Amino acid sequence: MVDIKNVFKLYNQKKVVDDVSLSIEKGTITSFIGPNGAGKSTLISMISRLIAKDNGEITIDGQDIMKTKNNELAKKISILKQSNSINLKLTVRELVGFGRFPYSQGKLTKEDQEKVDEAIDYMELGEIQNKYLDELSGGQRQRAHIAMVLAQDTEYILLDEPLNNLDMRHSVQIMKTLRRLVDELGKTILIVIHDINFASCYSDHIVALKDGKIIKHGRTCDVIDQCVLKDIYDMDIDIQNIDDKRICVYF
Amino acid sequence: MGYKKKTIILAIIAILLAALYIFYDLRGNIGYILPRRVIKVVAIMLTGGAIAFSTTVFMTITNNRILTPSVLGLDSLYMLVQTFIIFIFGANSLVMMSSNINYLVSIGIMILFSLILYRFLFRGEKNNIYFLLLIGMILGTFFGSFTDFMQVLIDPNEFMVAQDRMFASVNNVNTDLVYISIVIIVATLIYFMRFYKYLDVMALGKDEAINLGVPYDYIVKRLLIIVAILISVSTALIGPITFLGLLVVNVSYELMKTFRHFYIILGAVFISIIALIGGQFIVEKIFTFNTTISVIINFIGGIYFIYLLLKENKSW
Ligand SMILES: Nc1ncnc2c1ncn2[C@@H]1O[C@H](COP(=O)(O)OP(=O)(O)OP(=O)(O)O)[C@@H](O)[C@H]1O
Ligand SMILES: [Mg+2]
Repeated sequence: MVDIKNVFKLYNQKKVVDDVSLSIEKGTITSFIGPNGAGKSTLISMISRLIAKDNGEITIDGQDIMKTKNNELAKKISILKQSNSINLKLTVRELVGFGRFPYSQGKLTKEDQEKVDEAIDYMELGEIQNKYLDELSGGQRQRAHIAMVLAQDTEYILLDEPLNNLDMRHSVQIMKTLRRLVDELGKTILIVIHDINFASCYSDHIVALKDGKIIKHGRTCDVIDQCVLKDIYDMDIDIQNIDDKRICVYF
Repeated sequence: MGYKKKTIILAIIAILLAALYIFYDLRGNIGYILPRRVIKVVAIMLTGGAIAFSTTVFMTITNNRILTPSVLGLDSLYMLVQTFIIFIFGANSLVMMSSNINYLVSIGIMILFSLILYRFLFRGEKNNIYFLLLIGMILGTFFGSFTDFMQVLIDPNEFMVAQDRMFASVNNVNTDLVYISIVIIVATLIYFMRFYKYLDVMALGKDEAINLGVPYDYIVKRLLIIVAILISVSTALIGPITFLGLLVVNVSYELMKTFRHFYIILGAVFISIIALIGGQFIVEKIFTFNTTISVIINFIGGIYFIYLLLKENKSW
Protein backbone atom coordinates (compact mmCIF):
# COMPACT_ATOMS: atom_id res chain seq x y z
CA MET A 1 0.00 0.00 0.00
CA VAL A 2 1.32 3.40 -1.00
CA ASP A 3 0.06 6.26 1.14
CA ILE A 4 0.53 9.83 0.05
CA LYS A 5 -0.53 12.55 2.46
CA ASN A 6 -0.68 16.27 1.69
CA VAL A 7 2.34 16.26 -0.57
CA PHE A 8 3.62 19.51 -2.07
CA LYS A 9 6.38 20.33 -4.49
CA LEU A 10 7.35 23.85 -5.43
CA TYR A 11 9.54 25.07 -8.24
CA ASN A 12 10.26 28.79 -8.12
CA GLN A 13 7.35 29.41 -5.71
CA LYS A 14 5.03 27.66 -8.12
CA LYS A 15 3.13 24.68 -6.73
CA VAL A 16 3.82 21.93 -9.20
CA VAL A 17 2.30 19.30 -6.96
CA ASP A 18 -0.33 20.89 -4.80
CA ASP A 19 -1.60 19.13 -1.68
CA VAL A 20 -1.90 15.67 -3.17
CA SER A 21 -3.27 12.89 -0.98
CA LEU A 22 -3.77 9.44 -2.35
CA SER A 23 -3.85 5.80 -1.36
CA ILE A 24 -2.91 3.06 -3.74
CA GLU A 25 -3.98 -0.49 -3.02
CA LYS A 26 -1.70 -3.45 -3.36
CA GLY A 27 -2.11 -5.66 -6.40
CA THR A 28 -3.53 -3.05 -8.75
CA ILE A 29 -2.53 -1.04 -11.77
CA THR A 30 -3.09 2.65 -11.27
CA SER A 31 -2.74 4.94 -14.26
CA PHE A 32 -1.85 8.62 -13.91
CA ILE A 33 -3.22 10.75 -16.69
CA GLY A 34 -3.38 14.45 -17.36
CA PRO A 35 -2.10 17.15 -19.66
CA ASN A 36 1.58 18.02 -20.15
CA GLY A 37 3.01 19.75 -17.14
CA ALA A 38 0.30 18.53 -14.80
CA GLY A 39 2.86 17.20 -12.33
CA LYS A 40 2.65 13.49 -13.05
CA SER A 41 6.38 12.89 -13.38
CA THR A 42 7.07 15.06 -10.37
CA LEU A 43 4.64 13.09 -8.23
CA ILE A 44 5.99 9.74 -9.40
CA SER A 45 9.56 10.88 -8.80
CA MET A 46 8.69 11.90 -5.25
CA ILE A 47 7.09 8.52 -4.55
CA SER A 48 10.30 6.85 -5.71
CA ARG A 49 12.43 9.32 -3.66
CA LEU A 50 14.28 10.59 -6.74
CA ILE A 51 13.36 14.13 -5.84
CA ALA A 52 12.63 15.55 -2.43
CA LYS A 53 9.16 16.71 -1.53
CA ASP A 54 8.66 20.09 0.07
CA ASN A 55 5.96 18.94 2.41
CA GLY A 56 3.82 15.95 3.27
CA GLU A 57 4.36 12.29 3.88
CA ILE A 58 4.79 9.28 1.67
CA THR A 59 4.76 5.79 3.12
CA ILE A 60 5.04 2.40 1.49
CA ASP A 61 3.60 -0.47 3.53
CA GLY A 62 3.57 1.86 6.48
CA GLN A 63 7.24 2.84 6.21
CA ASP A 64 8.27 6.39 5.47
CA ILE A 65 10.30 6.27 2.27
CA MET A 66 12.77 8.84 3.51
CA LYS A 67 13.52 6.79 6.62
CA THR A 68 13.83 3.38 5.00
CA LYS A 69 17.28 2.04 4.19
CA ASN A 70 18.17 2.74 0.58
CA ASN A 71 19.00 -0.81 -0.29
CA GLU A 72 15.86 -2.22 1.32
CA LEU A 73 13.74 0.28 -0.56
CA ALA A 74 15.44 -0.64 -3.83
CA LYS A 75 14.19 -4.19 -3.37
CA LYS A 76 10.68 -2.91 -2.81
CA ILE A 77 10.15 -0.17 -5.35
CA SER A 78 11.62 0.58 -8.74
CA ILE A 79 11.09 3.35 -11.24
CA LEU A 80 11.47 3.82 -14.95
CA LYS A 81 11.95 7.48 -15.74
CA GLN A 82 10.35 9.34 -18.61
CA SER A 83 13.63 9.93 -20.37
CA ASN A 84 16.73 7.88 -19.97
CA SER A 85 20.03 9.04 -21.28
CA ILE A 86 22.88 6.78 -20.43
CA ASN A 87 25.98 7.36 -22.45
CA LEU A 88 28.07 4.48 -21.36
CA LYS A 89 29.41 1.66 -23.46
CA LEU A 90 26.83 -0.78 -22.18
CA THR A 91 25.16 -3.82 -23.72
CA VAL A 92 21.48 -4.58 -23.24
CA ARG A 93 22.32 -7.53 -21.03
CA GLU A 94 24.68 -5.49 -18.88
CA LEU A 95 22.03 -2.82 -18.43
CA VAL A 96 19.43 -5.37 -17.40
CA GLY A 97 22.02 -6.86 -15.05
CA PHE A 98 22.22 -3.56 -13.21
CA GLY A 99 18.64 -4.18 -12.12
CA ARG A 100 20.03 -6.89 -9.85
CA PHE A 101 22.31 -4.49 -7.99
CA PRO A 102 20.17 -4.22 -4.86
CA TYR A 103 20.49 -7.97 -4.39
CA SER A 104 23.97 -8.74 -5.61
CA GLN A 105 25.83 -5.46 -5.13
CA GLY A 106 27.40 -5.89 -8.54
CA LYS A 107 28.44 -9.54 -8.46
CA LEU A 108 25.76 -11.40 -10.34
CA THR A 109 24.94 -14.83 -8.96
CA LYS A 110 23.35 -17.67 -10.88
CA GLU A 111 19.94 -16.66 -9.58
CA ASP A 112 20.56 -13.10 -10.73
CA GLN A 113 21.46 -14.36 -14.19
CA GLU A 114 18.21 -16.30 -14.32
CA LYS A 115 16.22 -13.18 -13.42
CA VAL A 116 18.09 -11.27 -16.12
CA ASP A 117 17.28 -13.98 -18.67
CA GLU A 118 13.65 -13.89 -17.62
CA ALA A 119 13.42 -10.11 -17.99
CA ILE A 120 15.12 -10.25 -21.38
CA ASP A 121 12.69 -12.91 -22.56
CA TYR A 122 9.72 -10.91 -21.30
CA MET A 123 10.80 -7.92 -23.37
CA GLU A 124 11.83 -10.05 -26.38
CA LEU A 125 15.36 -8.75 -26.29
CA GLY A 126 17.07 -12.12 -26.70
CA GLU A 127 18.39 -11.41 -30.17
CA ILE A 128 19.87 -8.05 -29.33
CA GLN A 129 20.99 -8.73 -25.78
CA ASN A 130 24.65 -8.34 -26.64
CA LYS A 131 24.26 -5.17 -28.66
CA TYR A 132 25.42 -1.86 -27.27
CA LEU A 133 22.69 0.57 -26.19
CA ASP A 134 23.87 3.27 -28.56
CA GLU A 135 23.35 0.91 -31.49
CA LEU A 136 19.65 0.42 -30.73
CA SER A 137 16.51 2.12 -31.94
CA GLY A 138 14.56 4.29 -29.50
CA GLY A 139 11.95 1.61 -28.90
CA GLN A 140 14.50 -1.14 -28.39
CA ARG A 141 16.31 1.02 -25.86
CA GLN A 142 13.03 1.71 -24.07
CA ARG A 143 12.36 -2.02 -23.85
CA ALA A 144 15.84 -2.59 -22.47
CA HIS A 145 15.12 -0.09 -19.71
CA ILE A 146 11.82 -1.75 -18.92
CA ALA A 147 13.61 -5.09 -18.76
CA MET A 148 16.00 -3.62 -16.23
CA VAL A 149 13.09 -2.58 -14.04
CA LEU A 150 11.60 -6.06 -14.36
CA ALA A 151 14.92 -7.60 -13.35
CA GLN A 152 14.88 -5.47 -10.24
CA ASP A 153 11.87 -7.59 -9.32
CA THR A 154 10.22 -5.21 -6.87
CA GLU A 155 6.80 -5.35 -5.34
CA TYR A 156 6.03 -1.83 -6.47
CA ILE A 157 6.84 -0.73 -10.01
CA LEU A 158 6.60 2.88 -11.14
CA LEU A 159 6.71 3.58 -14.85
CA ASP A 160 6.75 7.05 -16.36
CA GLU A 161 5.43 6.82 -19.90
CA PRO A 162 6.85 3.37 -20.60
CA LEU A 163 5.19 3.22 -24.00
CA ASN A 164 7.34 6.05 -25.33
CA ASN A 165 8.74 5.17 -28.73
CA LEU A 166 7.09 1.76 -28.81
CA ASP A 167 5.19 0.31 -31.73
CA MET A 168 1.65 -0.96 -31.21
CA ARG A 169 2.56 -4.58 -30.84
CA HIS A 170 5.16 -3.92 -28.18
CA SER A 171 2.90 -1.46 -26.40
CA VAL A 172 0.15 -4.01 -26.12
CA GLN A 173 2.59 -6.68 -25.15
CA ILE A 174 4.07 -4.58 -22.37
CA MET A 175 0.66 -3.68 -21.00
CA LYS A 176 -0.26 -7.38 -21.04
CA THR A 177 2.97 -8.20 -19.25
CA LEU A 178 2.19 -5.60 -16.60
CA ARG A 179 -1.31 -7.02 -16.21
CA ARG A 180 0.17 -10.47 -15.69
CA LEU A 181 2.66 -9.20 -13.13
CA VAL A 182 -0.24 -7.79 -11.17
CA ASP A 183 -2.67 -10.68 -11.58
CA GLU A 184 -0.23 -13.54 -11.15
CA LEU A 185 2.51 -12.18 -8.95
CA GLY A 186 0.53 -9.61 -7.00
CA LYS A 187 2.74 -6.67 -7.92
CA THR A 188 1.53 -3.10 -7.65
CA ILE A 189 2.05 -0.88 -10.63
CA LEU A 190 1.83 2.90 -11.00
CA ILE A 191 2.05 4.07 -14.54
CA VAL A 192 1.99 7.47 -16.20
CA ILE A 193 0.39 7.17 -19.57
CA HIS A 194 -0.89 9.55 -22.21
CA ASP A 195 -2.90 7.17 -24.32
CA ILE A 196 -6.16 7.07 -22.38
CA ASN A 197 -7.30 4.00 -24.26
CA PHE A 198 -4.41 2.02 -22.84
CA ALA A 199 -5.29 3.42 -19.44
CA SER A 200 -8.91 2.48 -19.97
CA CYS A 201 -8.21 -1.08 -21.10
CA TYR A 202 -5.52 -2.16 -18.68
CA SER A 203 -5.77 -0.26 -15.41
CA ASP A 204 -7.84 -0.83 -12.29
CA HIS A 205 -7.76 2.76 -11.12
CA ILE A 206 -7.07 6.07 -12.76
CA VAL A 207 -5.73 9.23 -11.15
CA ALA A 208 -6.27 12.39 -13.17
CA LEU A 209 -3.95 15.28 -12.43
CA LYS A 210 -4.20 18.84 -13.60
CA ASP A 211 -2.18 21.85 -12.48
CA GLY A 212 -0.65 19.81 -9.69
CA LYS A 213 -3.97 18.77 -8.18
CA ILE A 214 -5.86 15.53 -8.32
CA ILE A 215 -9.10 16.30 -10.06
CA LYS A 216 -10.39 12.75 -10.17
CA HIS A 217 -9.39 9.47 -8.65
CA GLY A 218 -11.50 6.39 -9.06
CA ARG A 219 -12.12 3.12 -10.72
CA THR A 220 -11.35 3.13 -14.40
CA CYS A 221 -14.98 3.03 -15.46
CA ASP A 222 -15.75 6.11 -13.36
CA VAL A 223 -12.96 8.21 -14.77
CA ILE A 224 -13.38 7.28 -18.41
CA ASP A 225 -16.45 9.41 -18.71
CA GLN A 226 -17.28 12.20 -21.08
CA CYS A 227 -17.74 14.88 -18.41
CA VAL A 228 -14.68 13.91 -16.41
CA LEU A 229 -12.47 13.83 -19.48
CA LYS A 230 -13.76 17.20 -20.56
CA ASP A 231 -12.61 18.56 -17.20
CA ILE A 232 -9.18 17.07 -17.57
CA TYR A 233 -8.37 17.83 -21.17
CA ASP A 234 -10.77 20.66 -22.07
CA MET A 235 -11.95 18.79 -25.11
CA ASP A 236 -14.91 16.76 -26.11
CA ILE A 237 -14.18 13.10 -26.11
CA ASP A 238 -16.67 10.60 -27.38
CA ILE A 239 -16.73 7.27 -25.54
CA GLN A 240 -17.79 4.05 -27.23
CA ASN A 241 -18.24 0.62 -25.75
CA ILE A 242 -16.44 -1.98 -27.81
CA ASP A 243 -16.29 -5.54 -26.46
CA ASP A 244 -16.87 -4.40 -22.88
CA LYS A 245 -14.09 -1.89 -23.18
CA ARG A 246 -14.59 1.85 -23.05
CA ILE A 247 -12.78 3.37 -25.98
CA CYS A 248 -12.30 7.10 -26.35
CA VAL A 249 -12.57 8.66 -29.75
CA TYR A 250 -10.92 12.04 -29.87
CA PHE A 251 -9.66 12.59 -33.36
CA MET B 1 41.17 -7.05 -28.29
CA GLY B 2 39.36 -7.14 -24.95
CA TYR B 3 39.81 -4.61 -22.20
CA LYS B 4 41.58 -7.11 -19.97
CA LYS B 5 44.27 -7.66 -22.54
CA LYS B 6 44.61 -3.93 -23.14
CA THR B 7 45.07 -3.32 -19.44
CA ILE B 8 47.88 -5.84 -19.29
CA ILE B 9 49.59 -4.34 -22.33
CA LEU B 10 49.36 -0.84 -20.86
CA ALA B 11 50.84 -2.12 -17.61
CA ILE B 12 53.75 -3.70 -19.47
CA ILE B 13 54.43 -0.50 -21.43
CA ALA B 14 54.37 1.52 -18.22
CA ILE B 15 56.83 -0.81 -16.53
CA LEU B 16 59.14 -0.88 -19.55
CA LEU B 17 59.14 2.91 -19.76
CA ALA B 18 59.93 3.17 -16.07
CA ALA B 19 62.81 0.76 -16.51
CA LEU B 20 64.03 2.69 -19.56
CA TYR B 21 63.93 5.94 -17.63
CA ILE B 22 65.83 4.49 -14.70
CA PHE B 23 68.52 2.61 -16.61
CA TYR B 24 68.96 4.74 -19.75
CA ASP B 25 72.49 6.07 -20.12
CA LEU B 26 73.38 5.10 -16.59
CA ARG B 27 76.93 6.35 -16.16
CA GLY B 28 79.05 8.08 -13.58
CA ASN B 29 78.23 7.90 -9.92
CA ILE B 30 75.65 5.14 -10.03
CA GLY B 31 75.22 5.06 -6.28
CA TYR B 32 74.02 8.68 -6.48
CA ILE B 33 72.11 8.70 -9.77
CA LEU B 34 70.19 5.47 -9.43
CA PRO B 35 68.33 6.20 -6.16
CA ARG B 36 67.51 9.67 -7.44
CA ARG B 37 65.99 8.31 -10.61
CA VAL B 38 64.07 5.64 -8.74
CA ILE B 39 62.58 8.20 -6.37
CA LYS B 40 61.59 10.35 -9.37
CA VAL B 41 59.87 7.44 -11.04
CA VAL B 42 58.04 6.58 -7.83
CA ALA B 43 56.92 10.19 -7.45
CA ILE B 44 55.73 10.23 -11.07
CA MET B 45 53.82 6.99 -10.60
CA LEU B 46 52.16 8.24 -7.43
CA THR B 47 51.21 11.53 -9.02
CA GLY B 48 50.05 10.03 -12.29
CA GLY B 49 48.11 7.35 -10.50
CA ALA B 50 46.51 9.76 -8.06
CA ILE B 51 45.47 12.17 -10.82
CA ALA B 52 44.06 9.43 -13.05
CA PHE B 53 42.22 7.75 -10.23
CA SER B 54 40.74 10.89 -8.71
CA THR B 55 39.70 12.26 -12.08
CA THR B 56 37.90 9.05 -13.01
CA VAL B 57 36.00 9.07 -9.73
CA PHE B 58 35.21 12.77 -10.04
CA MET B 59 33.86 12.36 -13.57
CA THR B 60 31.65 9.51 -12.43
CA ILE B 61 30.29 11.51 -9.51
CA THR B 62 29.53 14.52 -11.68
CA ASN B 63 28.47 12.40 -14.64
CA ASN B 64 30.47 14.15 -17.29
CA ARG B 65 33.65 13.74 -19.27
CA ILE B 66 34.83 17.34 -19.32
CA LEU B 67 35.03 18.54 -15.76
CA THR B 68 38.01 17.42 -13.74
CA PRO B 69 39.07 18.46 -10.25
CA SER B 70 41.86 20.48 -11.84
CA VAL B 71 39.57 22.26 -14.25
CA LEU B 72 37.43 23.15 -11.25
CA GLY B 73 40.45 24.75 -9.63
CA LEU B 74 41.25 22.26 -6.88
CA ASP B 75 44.98 22.24 -7.51
CA SER B 76 45.17 26.02 -7.66
CA LEU B 77 43.50 25.91 -4.28
CA TYR B 78 46.31 23.75 -2.99
CA MET B 79 48.76 26.45 -4.11
CA LEU B 80 46.70 29.08 -2.41
CA VAL B 81 46.67 27.15 0.84
CA GLN B 82 50.45 26.78 0.72
CA THR B 83 51.00 30.48 0.12
CA PHE B 84 48.47 31.37 2.73
CA ILE B 85 50.29 29.35 5.36
CA ILE B 86 53.51 31.19 4.55
CA PHE B 87 51.68 34.48 4.46
CA ILE B 88 50.19 34.00 7.89
CA PHE B 89 52.93 32.15 9.72
CA GLY B 90 56.02 33.12 7.74
CA ALA B 91 58.38 30.84 5.92
CA ASN B 92 60.44 30.17 9.01
CA SER B 93 57.56 28.57 10.74
CA LEU B 94 56.92 26.56 7.64
CA VAL B 95 60.47 25.39 7.58
CA MET B 96 60.27 24.62 11.26
CA MET B 97 56.92 23.05 11.01
CA SER B 98 57.76 19.68 9.53
CA SER B 99 56.69 19.42 5.93
CA ASN B 100 54.51 16.52 6.96
CA ILE B 101 52.37 18.65 9.24
CA ASN B 102 52.08 21.33 6.62
CA TYR B 103 51.02 18.66 4.15
CA LEU B 104 48.33 17.28 6.43
CA VAL B 105 46.97 20.74 7.25
CA SER B 106 46.74 21.54 3.54
CA ILE B 107 44.91 18.30 2.84
CA GLY B 108 42.46 19.09 5.62
CA ILE B 109 41.68 22.49 4.13
CA MET B 110 41.28 20.95 0.68
CA ILE B 111 38.73 18.47 1.99
CA LEU B 112 36.78 21.21 3.67
CA PHE B 113 36.72 23.28 0.54
CA SER B 114 35.66 20.37 -1.67
CA LEU B 115 32.67 19.73 0.55
CA ILE B 116 31.68 23.39 0.42
CA LEU B 117 32.08 23.37 -3.34
CA TYR B 118 29.89 20.31 -3.51
CA ARG B 119 27.20 22.01 -1.42
CA PHE B 120 27.07 24.95 -3.75
CA LEU B 121 27.58 23.36 -7.11
CA PHE B 122 25.99 19.96 -7.07
CA ARG B 123 22.90 20.47 -4.98
CA GLY B 124 20.59 21.62 -7.74
CA GLU B 125 18.36 19.10 -9.43
CA LYS B 126 20.06 19.56 -12.79
CA ASN B 127 23.69 20.51 -13.20
CA ASN B 128 24.46 22.73 -16.10
CA ILE B 129 27.88 21.68 -17.19
CA TYR B 130 28.78 24.99 -18.79
CA PHE B 131 27.82 26.81 -15.64
CA LEU B 132 30.03 24.55 -13.57
CA LEU B 133 32.84 25.02 -16.04
CA LEU B 134 32.50 28.77 -15.82
CA ILE B 135 32.52 28.70 -12.02
CA GLY B 136 35.52 26.41 -12.05
CA MET B 137 37.46 28.66 -14.39
CA ILE B 138 36.63 31.70 -12.31
CA LEU B 139 37.57 30.00 -9.06
CA GLY B 140 40.78 28.66 -10.56
CA THR B 141 41.79 32.09 -11.79
CA PHE B 142 40.75 33.64 -8.52
CA PHE B 143 42.86 31.25 -6.48
CA GLY B 144 45.78 31.81 -8.85
CA SER B 145 45.55 35.59 -8.68
CA PHE B 146 45.10 35.59 -4.95
CA THR B 147 48.17 33.41 -4.63
CA ASP B 148 50.14 35.86 -6.75
CA PHE B 149 48.82 38.73 -4.71
CA MET B 150 49.97 37.25 -1.43
CA GLN B 151 53.31 36.35 -2.91
CA VAL B 152 53.86 39.97 -3.88
CA LEU B 153 53.15 41.04 -0.33
CA ILE B 154 55.43 38.64 1.45
CA ASP B 155 59.12 39.03 2.10
CA PRO B 156 61.27 38.09 -0.93
CA ASN B 157 63.08 35.44 1.05
CA GLU B 158 59.83 33.85 2.04
CA PHE B 159 58.72 34.18 -1.54
CA MET B 160 61.58 31.92 -2.56
CA VAL B 161 60.38 29.28 -0.17
CA ALA B 162 56.86 29.60 -1.49
CA GLN B 163 58.05 29.31 -5.08
CA ASP B 164 59.95 26.22 -4.17
CA ARG B 165 56.81 24.62 -2.78
CA MET B 166 54.80 25.49 -5.83
CA PHE B 167 57.07 24.14 -8.46
CA ALA B 168 58.07 20.97 -6.81
CA SER B 169 58.58 19.69 -10.31
CA VAL B 170 59.81 16.27 -11.25
CA ASN B 171 63.36 17.55 -11.11
CA ASN B 172 63.47 18.25 -7.42
CA VAL B 173 61.06 15.88 -5.82
CA ASN B 174 60.70 16.19 -2.08
CA THR B 175 61.81 12.81 -0.77
CA ASP B 176 60.08 13.22 2.58
CA LEU B 177 56.80 13.78 0.81
CA VAL B 178 57.21 10.65 -1.31
CA TYR B 179 57.15 8.42 1.74
CA ILE B 180 54.23 10.07 3.46
CA SER B 181 52.38 10.20 0.14
CA ILE B 182 52.69 6.46 -0.23
CA VAL B 183 51.17 6.04 3.22
CA ILE B 184 48.35 8.47 2.47
CA ILE B 185 47.56 6.93 -0.91
CA VAL B 186 47.48 3.40 0.46
CA ALA B 187 45.26 4.48 3.36
CA THR B 188 42.95 6.31 0.95
CA LEU B 189 42.73 3.28 -1.32
CA ILE B 190 41.81 1.05 1.58
CA TYR B 191 39.10 3.49 2.59
CA PHE B 192 37.94 3.65 -1.01
CA MET B 193 37.47 -0.12 -1.35
CA ARG B 194 34.12 -0.06 0.44
CA PHE B 195 32.73 2.40 -2.10
CA TYR B 196 34.17 0.70 -5.14
CA LYS B 197 31.08 -1.37 -5.92
CA TYR B 198 28.96 1.75 -6.24
CA LEU B 199 30.97 3.40 -9.01
CA ASP B 200 29.56 1.43 -11.93
CA VAL B 201 26.01 2.10 -10.78
CA MET B 202 26.67 5.78 -10.17
CA ALA B 203 27.87 6.14 -13.73
CA LEU B 204 24.28 5.42 -14.78
CA GLY B 205 23.31 8.76 -13.28
CA LYS B 206 21.97 10.01 -9.99
CA ASP B 207 18.40 8.84 -10.46
CA GLU B 208 19.35 5.35 -11.59
CA ALA B 209 21.76 5.07 -8.67
CA ILE B 210 19.12 6.07 -6.14
CA ASN B 211 16.63 3.73 -7.75
CA LEU B 212 19.11 0.89 -7.31
CA GLY B 213 19.56 1.65 -3.64
CA VAL B 214 22.81 3.62 -3.56
CA PRO B 215 22.91 6.00 -0.55
CA TYR B 216 23.84 8.70 -3.02
CA ASP B 217 24.67 11.79 -1.00
CA TYR B 218 26.60 9.82 1.57
CA ILE B 219 28.73 8.09 -1.05
CA VAL B 220 29.34 11.20 -3.13
CA LYS B 221 30.61 13.12 -0.12
CA ARG B 222 33.01 10.36 0.85
CA LEU B 223 34.26 10.05 -2.70
CA LEU B 224 34.80 13.79 -2.94
CA ILE B 225 36.95 13.64 0.18
CA ILE B 226 38.99 10.91 -1.45
CA VAL B 227 39.35 13.04 -4.59
CA ALA B 228 40.47 16.05 -2.55
CA ILE B 229 43.11 14.00 -0.74
CA LEU B 230 44.50 12.54 -3.95
CA ILE B 231 44.63 15.90 -5.70
CA SER B 232 46.50 17.35 -2.73
CA VAL B 233 48.99 14.49 -2.85
CA SER B 234 49.62 14.81 -6.55
CA THR B 235 49.91 18.59 -6.48
CA ALA B 236 52.30 18.47 -3.55
CA LEU B 237 54.50 15.93 -5.28
CA ILE B 238 54.88 17.38 -8.76
CA GLY B 239 52.71 20.46 -9.04
CA PRO B 240 49.60 21.18 -11.05
CA ILE B 241 49.24 19.50 -14.42
CA THR B 242 45.81 20.78 -15.25
CA PHE B 243 44.87 18.70 -18.25
CA LEU B 244 46.54 15.40 -17.48
CA GLY B 245 43.51 13.89 -15.77
CA LEU B 246 41.13 14.97 -18.49
CA LEU B 247 43.39 13.53 -21.13
CA VAL B 248 44.10 10.14 -19.60
CA VAL B 249 40.59 9.34 -18.40
CA ASN B 250 39.05 10.14 -21.75
CA VAL B 251 41.69 8.16 -23.59
CA SER B 252 41.07 5.29 -21.20
CA TYR B 253 37.33 5.35 -21.92
CA GLU B 254 37.97 5.48 -25.66
CA LEU B 255 40.48 2.68 -25.51
CA MET B 256 38.80 0.32 -23.07
CA LYS B 257 35.29 0.62 -24.48
CA THR B 258 33.72 -0.66 -21.29
CA PHE B 259 31.80 0.80 -18.39
CA ARG B 260 33.62 -1.23 -15.74
CA HIS B 261 35.46 1.16 -13.48
CA PHE B 262 38.00 -1.40 -12.49
CA TYR B 263 39.45 -1.40 -16.00
CA ILE B 264 38.80 2.26 -16.72
CA ILE B 265 40.69 3.27 -13.60
CA LEU B 266 43.56 0.85 -14.19
CA GLY B 267 43.75 1.97 -17.81
CA ALA B 268 43.79 5.63 -16.86
CA VAL B 269 46.45 5.06 -14.20
CA PHE B 270 48.75 3.26 -16.63
CA ILE B 271 48.17 5.76 -19.44
CA SER B 272 48.90 8.54 -16.99
CA ILE B 273 52.16 6.94 -15.90
CA ILE B 274 53.13 6.32 -19.51
CA ALA B 275 52.41 9.93 -20.44
CA LEU B 276 54.32 11.34 -17.49
CA ILE B 277 57.39 9.13 -17.69
CA GLY B 278 57.44 9.32 -21.47
CA GLY B 279 56.99 13.08 -21.31
CA GLN B 280 59.69 13.49 -18.70
CA PHE B 281 62.02 11.36 -20.79
CA ILE B 282 61.41 13.60 -23.80
CA VAL B 283 61.88 16.72 -21.70
CA GLU B 284 65.21 15.51 -20.38
CA LYS B 285 66.70 13.85 -23.44
CA ILE B 286 65.25 15.77 -26.38
CA PHE B 287 64.53 19.23 -24.99
CA THR B 288 67.41 18.90 -22.54
CA PHE B 289 65.33 20.55 -19.84
CA ASN B 290 64.42 23.53 -22.03
CA THR B 291 60.77 22.97 -21.29
CA THR B 292 58.79 21.28 -18.55
CA ILE B 293 56.53 18.32 -18.62
CA SER B 294 53.50 20.32 -17.56
CA VAL B 295 53.88 22.53 -20.61
CA ILE B 296 53.82 19.54 -22.93
CA ILE B 297 50.92 17.83 -21.17
CA ASN B 298 48.89 21.03 -20.92
CA PHE B 299 49.49 21.74 -24.59
CA ILE B 300 48.24 18.34 -25.73
CA GLY B 301 45.53 18.27 -23.08
CA GLY B 302 44.32 21.77 -23.94
CA ILE B 303 43.83 20.84 -27.57
CA TYR B 304 41.98 17.71 -26.57
CA PHE B 305 39.84 19.72 -24.15
CA ILE B 306 38.72 22.07 -26.91
CA TYR B 307 37.97 19.08 -29.11
CA LEU B 308 35.81 17.57 -26.36
CA LEU B 309 33.91 20.80 -25.82
CA LEU B 310 33.14 21.08 -29.51
CA LYS B 311 32.12 17.46 -29.74
CA GLU B 312 29.79 17.64 -26.72
CA ASN B 313 28.32 20.81 -28.08
CA LYS B 314 27.35 19.04 -31.27
CA SER B 315 25.76 16.01 -29.68
CA TRP B 316 23.53 18.04 -27.38
N1 LIG C 1 13.44 20.79 -12.36
C1 LIG C 1 12.41 21.63 -12.56
N2 LIG C 1 12.56 22.95 -12.37
C2 LIG C 1 11.54 23.80 -12.54
N3 LIG C 1 10.32 23.43 -12.92
C3 LIG C 1 10.08 22.12 -13.13
C4 LIG C 1 11.12 21.15 -12.97
N4 LIG C 1 10.61 19.94 -13.25
C5 LIG C 1 9.33 20.14 -13.57
N5 LIG C 1 9.00 21.44 -13.51
C6 LIG C 1 7.69 22.00 -13.78
O1 LIG C 1 6.75 21.27 -13.07
C7 LIG C 1 5.57 21.09 -13.82
C8 LIG C 1 5.20 19.62 -13.82
O2 LIG C 1 6.19 18.89 -14.50
P1 LIG C 1 6.07 17.34 -14.71
O3 LIG C 1 7.31 16.89 -15.39
O4 LIG C 1 5.74 16.69 -13.43
O5 LIG C 1 4.84 17.24 -15.70
P2 LIG C 1 4.18 15.95 -16.36
O6 LIG C 1 2.79 15.88 -15.86
O7 LIG C 1 5.02 14.76 -16.16
O8 LIG C 1 4.15 16.37 -17.89
P3 LIG C 1 4.42 15.49 -19.21
O9 LIG C 1 3.13 14.85 -19.56
O10 LIG C 1 4.78 16.50 -20.22
O11 LIG C 1 5.51 14.52 -18.92
C9 LIG C 1 5.84 21.68 -15.18
O12 LIG C 1 5.17 22.91 -15.25
C10 LIG C 1 7.31 21.88 -15.23
O13 LIG C 1 7.61 23.04 -15.94
MG1 LIG D 1 6.19 13.59 -17.36
